[in-house]
Amino acid sequence: MIRVVLPQHLRTLAGVGGEVTVEVPGEVTQRSVLDALEARYPMLRGTIRDHVTKVRRPFVRFFACEQDLSHESPDAPLPREVSSGQEPLLVIGAIAGG
Amino acid sequence: MSRVRVLAGTRKGAFILEADGKREKWKVSGPHFPGWEIYHVKGSPVDPDRLYASQTSSWFGQVIQRSDDGGKTWHQPGTPRGESTKTPDGMPKGESNKFAYDSSAETGKPLTTHQWYDGSQKPWEFKRVWHLEPSLSDPDTVYAGVEDAALFRSTDGGQNWAELAGLRGHGTGPQWQPGAGGLCLHTIIQDPVASERMFVAISSAGAFRTDDGGKTWKPINRGLTSQYIPDPNAEVGHCVHRIAQHRARPKVLFMQKHWDVLRSDDAGDSWREVSGDLPSDFGFVIDVHAHEPETIYVVPIKSDSEHFPPDGKLRVYRSRTGGNEWEALTKGLPQSDCYVNVLRDAMAIDSLDECGVYFGTTGGQVYASADAGDTWSPIVRDLPPVLSVEVQTLA
Repeated sequence: MIRVVLPQHLRTLAGVGGEVTVEVPGEVTQRSVLDALEARYPMLRGTIRDHVTKVRRPFVRFFACEQDLSHESPDAPLPREVSSGQEPLLVIGAIAGG
Repeated sequence: MSRVRVLAGTRKGAFILEADGKREKWKVSGPHFPGWEIYHVKGSPVDPDRLYASQTSSWFGQVIQRSDDGGKTWHQPGTPRGESTKTPDGMPKGESNKFAYDSSAETGKPLTTHQWYDGSQKPWEFKRVWHLEPSLSDPDTVYAGVEDAALFRSTDGGQNWAELAGLRGHGTGPQWQPGAGGLCLHTIIQDPVASERMFVAISSAGAFRTDDGGKTWKPINRGLTSQYIPDPNAEVGHCVHRIAQHRARPKVLFMQKHWDVLRSDDAGDSWREVSGDLPSDFGFVIDVHAHEPETIYVVPIKSDSEHFPPDGKLRVYRSRTGGNEWEALTKGLPQSDCYVNVLRDAMAIDSLDECGVYFGTTGGQVYASADAGDTWSPIVRDLPPVLSVEVQTLA
């Protein structure tokens, strides 16, 4: 199981608290994790990445294992600690504006 | 006894303000969706318990929220009528709300760019829903005016949205450009008599009308003069801020433009200025009295760039002659050191016998008048900046 930590506003939308877990078939990448997350929580479609282009929304970042993975290819494998469930993928709302 | 329900959208959530017909004592609920920008909340005219809200965020995009109980509870659309909006384990069942521009061959002219501030062409990019207009006849049908400017419609209670692409596709799209607030479609008026007729307004493109249910559109900007565009009398490019109509006189339209207050007596085919003796003919809101089709309201604002009331006095101006002659309404409104703005969707009119008028400010006040504007008092003083105000008159 892949662990994902959502920002507070998205937890409210999805009706979840703290960390969620998703089953990801095949290789564990940003894209496959987000596909699984959106399938489990359809109300999150469009909130993390664009509905149509699937590009990450500008003020959303992806952190894991103390690294900023936001600019990595969405098809690059996530760190082994994430794919093994040892560490979560953090979805972060950037600190900006009011 | 009749009641009123005021729906206020703010920069940090939605608030619902309720009172009986006297409109003296108010009950405030909210914030709903705290921390999110609520551009607009509006109720269905045929089912007043059905509300739609545009919840938006620069971080997390667009969400449509719906209430089926007058704002007590909300959910993202996606649940068939009559079913629980949550799964047995308590999770919301709603789905997100996709606003994808139509690029199908049926539009005839798939339109991919509009004009940017520097004159270059920029691809259309969805940003948010500015205005939600529920259908006059079906609570599950609702229109959405969006940024970048386009018109969408849902016929399943807000779950799925399809663009009425004839508006962007009619030919002038590449000449539309954003105003300071963005390229937004902010006004949607359904004609109460001609069921296939609808009016929309876009900053900065102008006003448009369809007479065939949204398939084809034409610009209706003849008579508008805007010195801030190269051809002041151009067919499109005008920064229309708001249009209002009285249901009993649907061919008469009133417009607050970036500068100038105008009226049309022929469903927008031609316009004439009626700014008259206003202290400033710049402003955002305009509305019409519920029972007097020639009584209209504006809030003059100083511009360019200041965007606060002239002389620090917050004054609603009323014309009982359909324009040109205006009176200042000041009782109960701050008459010194007031520097708030009143944004384009932030005025509303109830339909009680003694017509009520409401408006919200960027300073967080929502003012109400229960006597057609003669006197005012704040319902609330300290909300986040108010983006929109609507009112429902309830039996």
